[in-house]
Formats: sequence, C-alpha cells, structure tokens
Amino acid sequence: MRFESPTTTREAVALLTRERGDAYVLAGGTDLLVRMKLDLIEPDLVVDIKGIAAMQSIRTTASGTRIGAAVSCAELGENKKLKKTWPGVVEAANLIGSDQIQGRCTMVGNLCNASPAADSVPALMAAAAKVVIVGKKKRRTVAIEKIITGPGETSLARGEVIEAIILPRRPPKSGDAYLRFIPRTEMDIAVVSAGISLKLERGVIKSARVALGAVAATPLLVPAAARAIVGSKLDDAALEKLAAACSNACKPIDDKRGTIEYRTRVVGVLARRAAKIAYQRAGGA
Amino acid sequence: MPQDTSYTHQKFNVIGTRPKRPDGIDKVTGRAKFGADTSAPGQLVGLILRSPHAHATIRKIDTSKAERLKGVKAVLTSADLPDLTDGDRAMLDILENCMARGRALYDGHAVAAVAAIDAQTAKKALKLIKVDYKVLPHVTDVDEAIKPGAPIIQDWVFTAGVEPKPKRPSNISQRTEFGHGDVEAGFAEADVIVERSYKTEQTHQGYIEPHACLASVRPDGSGELWVTTQGHFTFRNICSSLLGMDVAKLKVTASEIGGGFGGKTHVWMEPVALALSRKANRPVKLVMSRDEVFRATGPTCSTSVDVKIGAKKDGTITAATAELRYQNGAFPNIWGMLGAMTSFACYDLKNVKSIGYDILCNRPKVAAYRAPSAPMAAFGVESTMDLVAAEIGMDPVDFRIKNAAKEGTLASYGPTYGPIGIGPTLEAVKNHPHMRARLGKNQGRGMACGFWFNFGGQTCTDLNIGIDGTVTLTVGTVDVGGSRASLSLIAAEELGIPYDQVITNIADTASLGFNDMTEGSRGTFSSGMAAIFAARNAIEVLRKRAAQMWEIPVEAVVWEKGEAKAMGKKHGNLPQLSLKEIAAKAPNTGGPIAGHSEVVADNAGVSFASHICDVEVDPETGATKVIRYTVIQDAGKAIHPDYVEGQFQGGAVQGIGWALNEEYIYGEDGRLQNAGFLDYRMPVCSDIPFIDTQILEIPNPNHPYGVRGVGETSIVPPLAAIGNAVSNAVGVRLSHVPMSPPRILKALVEASGS
Repeated sequence: MRFESPTTTREAVALLTRERGDAYVLAGGTDLLVRMKLDLIEPDLVVDIKGIAAMQSIRTTASGTRIGAAVSCAELGENKKLKKTWPGVVEAANLIGSDQIQGRCTMVGNLCNASPAADSVPALMAAAAKVVIVGKKKRRTVAIEKIITGPGETSLARGEVIEAIILPRRPPKSGDAYLRFIPRTEMDIAVVSAGISLKLERGVIKSARVALGAVAATPLLVPAAARAIVGSKLDDAALEKLAAACSNACKPIDDKRGTIEYRTRVVGVLARRAAKIAYQRAGGA
Repeated sequence: MPQDTSYTHQKFNVIGTRPKRPDGIDKVTGRAKFGADTSAPGQLVGLILRSPHAHATIRKIDTSKAERLKGVKAVLTSADLPDLTDGDRAMLDILENCMARGRALYDGHAVAAVAAIDAQTAKKALKLIKVDYKVLPHVTDVDEAIKPGAPIIQDWVFTAGVEPKPKRPSNISQRTEFGHGDVEAGFAEADVIVERSYKTEQTHQGYIEPHACLASVRPDGSGELWVTTQGHFTFRNICSSLLGMDVAKLKVTASEIGGGFGGKTHVWMEPVALALSRKANRPVKLVMSRDEVFRATGPTCSTSVDVKIGAKKDGTITAATAELRYQNGAFPNIWGMLGAMTSFACYDLKNVKSIGYDILCNRPKVAAYRAPSAPMAAFGVESTMDLVAAEIGMDPVDFRIKNAAKEGTLASYGPTYGPIGIGPTLEAVKNHPHMRARLGKNQGRGMACGFWFNFGGQTCTDLNIGIDGTVTLTVGTVDVGGSRASLSLIAAEELGIPYDQVITNIADTASLGFNDMTEGSRGTFSSGMAAIFAARNAIEVLRKRAAQMWEIPVEAVVWEKGEAKAMGKKHGNLPQLSLKEIAAKAPNTGGPIAGHSEVVADNAGVSFASHICDVEVDPETGATKVIRYTVIQDAGKAIHPDYVEGQFQGGAVQGIGWALNEEYIYGEDGRLQNAGFLDYRMPVCSDIPFIDTQILEIPNPNHPYGVRGVGETSIVPPLAAIGNAVSNAVGVRLSHVPMSPPRILKALVEASGS
C-alpha cells in the first residue's frame, strides 16, 4: 500500500487518477481506518488530504460559507459564527462519534462514506448545501443530494475529490434543526433522523426543506413534507401533515438497529420535533 | 493452630476503611500489563479461522497452500489435537469448542489456526485455508430448538432427568426440578393467580479487554502461558489435560484482567495457542478481535420462562411455579438448573416448584455471567410478584416483606437458611428516601429482589515478612475487583500493622498451591479467610522469635497491636518488640518469617439484594432513561467499602444495559448480526445515572469477619426492577428483555390501539 500526502487538490486528483489499483481518500480516517482494520478493504493507495490548504479552512464568501473537506467536525462546533448561522448543520456534525472521533472526522468524509444513516447529510440537504468537486479536467459545483446514490455508493467519477462544502447565505427569519434517534445518549448510529430548514415571513413558513436519514437506501429529501408545513404557522394540523408526509416517504428496512414499523412511526415524531426547533430558531413563536 | 472459621464479633482497626488500591496507579497511567501486553523473543502471531456457518459438517480442510506460504510456521486443525479426554465428555466439549472436530456448531466456531511471523502473513495464511463445508439446517431460538423437527445439535445428548430414559437424542440436555409442598393444593387455596410468560435475549459480559495470551511450549514438553483469566490454576489444569502435558510443567501467569464477569472462567483459545507453539516450536501470541469475542466467547443464555404465582387476599403466597428454558449454546451445561434453583430463593413458600430445561442451539457455548442464570429467572418471578401485588391491591414492597425468606426458611432449592439479608434489604427499601421522591411526567418507579448462592472453594496463601517488617501476601485468586486492597487490609488487621505495610501479589501457578478461580464472588471471601489463617500462622512464628530474643518461654508471649508483649510478673517489664524489630533479627533467630495456609472455604453465605429504580419513558419513541437507581445489598462485612460499592454499582450498570438495549441479534442465516460495540448496544457513561448504594452487614456465621461474597447479586434484580418501573411509567407490562425502544413503542401502540 502506498500513502501520499499531497499539498494541492490538483496533486491529489492526479494521484487518484493515475492509480490503477484501489485508491482511497483519507481525511479524518474514522471510517476508512475502521474498514481497513476489519479487512473490508485493502487499498493500494491512500491519499491523505489533510495537508491541502484549500481544504483546511472555514471561510465566508459572497455566496455563503465554504467549509474545506478536511475541516474536522470539532472545528465546526468551535466556530461561533457557523454555529449561529447553521445550528442544525453543526449539531448534526457534532453528533458523529465520540469526542476523540470529533477531532478527526469530517462532513465530507461522512458524505463520501455514503451511509443512509450519515448524520450530517440530512442536515446539509435541508440547508441546501452544495459541494465543490474537482476532477482531472474540470471543477463543478453540485447540490449535495446528488452525491449519495446508494449505500456506500456516490456519483463521484474516478479521480474526483470533493474540495469543500458550500452552505448558502442564511436568509433573515430562517432556522434549521436536526434530530436523530439512538437508543443510547451518544456514540451510536442513527436509527432514524430528520433535518429541517425553514424560512418565515410574518410568522408563516414561506419555504422549507425536509430531509430524512436511515429510512431508505440513501438520505431522502422530501418535498411533500416541506409542502405540508409551507403556508402554516406550524400549528398541530401542519405538524400532523408533516409527520404523515415523512412516514409516507420513507422506505426503511428491518435490521439490527430498528424495525420498519418503528422507523416509519418515529421519523414523523422527529420531523415534528425538529420543525418546532427550527421554527423557534427562525423567530417563530 | 486449628482453623476456626466461625464469626467472632472481632472489633476492627483497618477493616472498613477505604485506602487506595495498589494496582490503581498502573491502571490509570497505562502501565498495567494486560493479556496482550507482553511479548517473548521470536514470538509468532497466532490467528484463528472461524466458521461462517451456524451448523455444518466439515468434509475437508485443505491447509497445504497456507503451509507453503513463506513466514507461516504452523497450521493447526483438530487433527493436531487428539482426544486425550478418556471418555470425559465435558472435557471433550471444551476441546471441541476450542477447535471444531468435523462439524461447525455455530457462527464463529474455530475450524483452523495459524502461527506466522507477522499479522499480515497470518491473515494471508487464513485466506489460503480451504474448508469444504456441508451446510446443515440450524436453530438459534430457544423455543424453536425444542419443537418437533428442529435440527438436532448433539446426537449423543439424551435428555437427562426424565423417566424412562429417552430413546432419541434431543436438544434438551437435562430437566431438573426443585421445590417442596403441593403446588396444586396451594393454587386451590389462592384468591388470585397470575400466570405469565417472559423472554430474555442473549447478552455478553462485554469485558473491554479481549481474550489474549502468550503461549510457549518447549521441546521437552514443559511450557508457559501468560493469559488474561479469572483462574490461572484451572486454566493450567484444563490446558495440560487437553494437551497431555504434566500439570507441574505448565506454568500459567495471570495478567492484569480488563474485566471478566464470568467470561474468563472458561478457556476459549488458550489450548490452541499452546498447541500452535508446540507445533511451531516458537512462542505464539494470540489476541482475539472484538468480533471473535462476540461470536465465539462468553455470552449468557437467552431464555423463555413461564411463572405462576397464587396468593391470598392478605398477601400470603399459597403456591408458586416456574418453568425455565435456558439456551446453552452448542454444548450442554447446567444454566437452566441454576435458573430453577435461584428463581424463588428470596421467598418463604409453603408450596413451590421450579423446573429447569437446558437447551442446545447453534450459538456459542454459553459461559458464566455474573450470578449466571439468576437475572432471567428473577425477571420472570419479580415481574409476576408486582402483578400479583397489584391484583390483590397490596403495596409491592409490603407484599414481598410478607413473603420474604428468613432464618430457618426451607429454601426452594433445598437448604434451610441461616441468618440472611432479604428481609432487612426490603425494610431498607421501605425506609429509603428514594421511595418517597416525587415522580414527574412519563416517569415510573419499580423495585425488585435478587439472590445469589456465592461460592467458597479451594484457596491457599503465603504471607512473608521482609527484613524491614513489610509484608508480602501472596494469593492465587485473580484480582478482578480490588481484592488486593481488601486482602492487604485483612493481613494488616490480623498482624496489627498499617495497610501500607502490606502488599498483596497474585502468584503464578508455579509459586503457590491450587486456587479455585475468582468466581462465585469468592475472591475476598475465600482468599480473605486464607489470609487470616496465614497471618495467624505468621504470628505464631513471630511469638516464637520474640521469645527467643527475650530468652523466655513462648507461652509467655502474646501478640497485641502489631507487637510481641511479654506476660506475667516475671517478664512483664520487658519492652515490647514490634514486628519490624523481630523481622530485623530474623536472620539470627531462625531465618525468614512466614505464614502459610490452605483452606476449603465452605459455607460462603448466601447473598440478597433489593433494588429501586426510576425511569422516564418517551411515549412517542419508546426510549427509556434510567433517572435514579438505588442498590441495597447485604455484604456480611464490607472489608473495603469502596470496592463493595463498586461491585453493587457495576452489577446494576450491567443489568441496566441488559434490560434496555443489549442483545445478540441473529439473522435468518444463523449469523450474528451485531458482533461489535457499535450495534451491541452496551450503555455508555452518559446513559447511566449515579448508582446510589446502601451496604447492609448481616454477618456470615461461617467467616471470622462475617464476610459474604458481594460481586454478583447486584446484576440479579435490575431486569425486573426496570421492567416494573417501565410498566409503572407507561401502564403496559413489558415481558421481553431487552425493553428496547422498538419493543416498548410496539407495546404502547398495541395497548392504545392506534
């Protein structure tokens, strides 16, 4: 196995493109190293991206906030401005693993690991985040919901890496929230989860995005759930419609972490609770 | 000196204090040496190949490619482990569990092993071993395993304990029955009868340290084994017997142990490591992965239990029965019998009957887990006790007090009790402020009782006094819970010296006589008893030496407060001689000063506990949080209260995990789905409230200090205490452990009909 630590994105792309065997990108390594230790993968090349300057920082730009692919989730939690602008996204990112894991793990790593239960992904989908993808020939910016195509599968082409996540500018009177259900208090993986971002106008929900985790083969963006609350002041009827829309949209499985019946019911509960938090954060009563 | 074990009402100086444990610094600084923390020159890495099938015939194992791989020094199959057990089926079972013999009996069953120069080569070699399996039908559920047509797991097993002797093999290895009186007549007298069935899923002890050992067998047939174990003497006897070695020629050293809870009372891969070393003629280190620990070691039984209790309106229980089906894994054992014995041990019952069934399944060999078998029986019985109390409109604590066993009660499993603690723990529950604390929305309170036998067994110790008067106590029981500190306290108490003057060490098997394992809550009870006698024997020597120094008859010398004192008119004016002064003169008065003792510590003294628990249940998700927990238990005498409380708390925490989320989940394919800490959901620190404790001291009449074992009983009540609390919080009775969120939510939805 070869290990490389390039200092530019271009170099990383070149290394990954040239490799004929199995090549993997290493950010925090909190998924990759576990898979290697369990003998699930045997990489021929590992490219560490933590030395790449463009991937190391959180910056405010004209279009929003740019978060480098190698920024750890702990750093997100320490960034007061980001926490204030996108509390739901930061909460989701900070739920991953333990304190030790937080110091290493990244949202882009969470995304590229492509688990249906990835905590940061539904929150980023609700936030309408985009990712900057760099390949051998071109650089493209893509909506985050286009990345995960199935469990462990992404739409990234061979040699492509994600350089950063772009969170849009936060409009006034808006808020987001993310909740997951785990049977323990921490160090667990979502049995079911819901992320919601919404914008108010005079106390009425003007627009919303609802995304669900661990209820289908990929995290789901559910426009019908958003429609259920748009135009409302998040009264009980709207909340019930939201829960029903979420339960309808999910296509869960029975597994060691939960049952179809359980996930279908609880996804609605979490969506209701997350919506209330987001509504309050947006300044709703 | 005759060894009088009876309780003496002795007044104590250092017993009951809380000094620091001697192993603490090494453990918190990472210096302690656990099973995987040692190495030998030229050592090889051992790895085990395991069956992916729950049940299969092994037609052929081709190891030729692995053997040819550069760096591979030995490849092992059952062909290298001939059966030397001479018809001892239990020993053959141990061997077969360590290495499959023509058939794989569960997912994770070892089928071959390699020793190679490094881990990479060993991994590669495992992949080159070709096993030709014929997959057979399997069964993993305890109730399915006894249905007609279920695949038979051991064709030599015919149900024992039934007449006439069965003609066909069965997955029920034995039926056992305990009790007395006439239960039918008892039920006829009852005003209220509650009958209910319960299930509990399989859990693992979850010790953080995986099994690990370093084995070295020399060409002359002698060898050494460094291993994480609860009983290195037993490991020595089993390994030497299975491998045809002389007992005295195998030296086993117990490492520091990172948790055992019963799981490290069994050998799992140690004979394989020794056999690999013998074949390769090099030391072999074998360390299990977590996946191997879950799939192939340790778990306790899954169970299915039916309980029936009848009572009069005044609260008197007229009859009680239980039928308990315990899943033993692929090899027969006595777990169902222990369940039947413990089920009604807390109560004074006129008519009682419990029937235990030991049942085979395609799951790993079941091991002891802290008061093995008692928690599941208690879940059924103590849940039913609450239901009966509710039916007759009586407070559940009062109902238990009314029926509690006491001195002179004929126990349901046979013996008549001496002084016991069940009544006092119940009275303490009734008077505890926890019982009067207010409960909030969605919260509920429950309580339950528990029993464990405790064990004494064979023990021996050496006590050596150094030239400066410091004392080495050498014991053969592995320290799993702070026993070195407790045993130092005992030696210091007897000798009349400070705690700091004594250091307790765990000897290897070459340095001390046989000691039973640290199991059955026996470490401090039995080694403590042996330490008392060793110290008393050393005092005899000290008196003789003092007499010699003074040149007076030994009869005129007494030992008081750590000093020799001359008695009588003739010698009474002599200045006292301290232990230090006598020790300093030892080279000139006859050489080293020591005391030795060996005992079979009988009458360990049964143990009882009552627990109180408050939970909060989220009715929309079924999530349960334990918000307050109190353990009240009889310790006989708490030698070192910190480690008594630690045992109370530890058992409660393991019980909380078992009650709420921990479970082995098998797929349709008979494979374990959650062989790791991510999905085997043991509680983390933030899941657990502070566990409050109250130590009661009802002296064991059969120990000089009144000590009873304390390590196990605390895991017995939690399943039922939490079950009762959850039922009181949500108004629905849960009868399937773990009471995980999906199970609770399903029960709530079914009850509300929505």
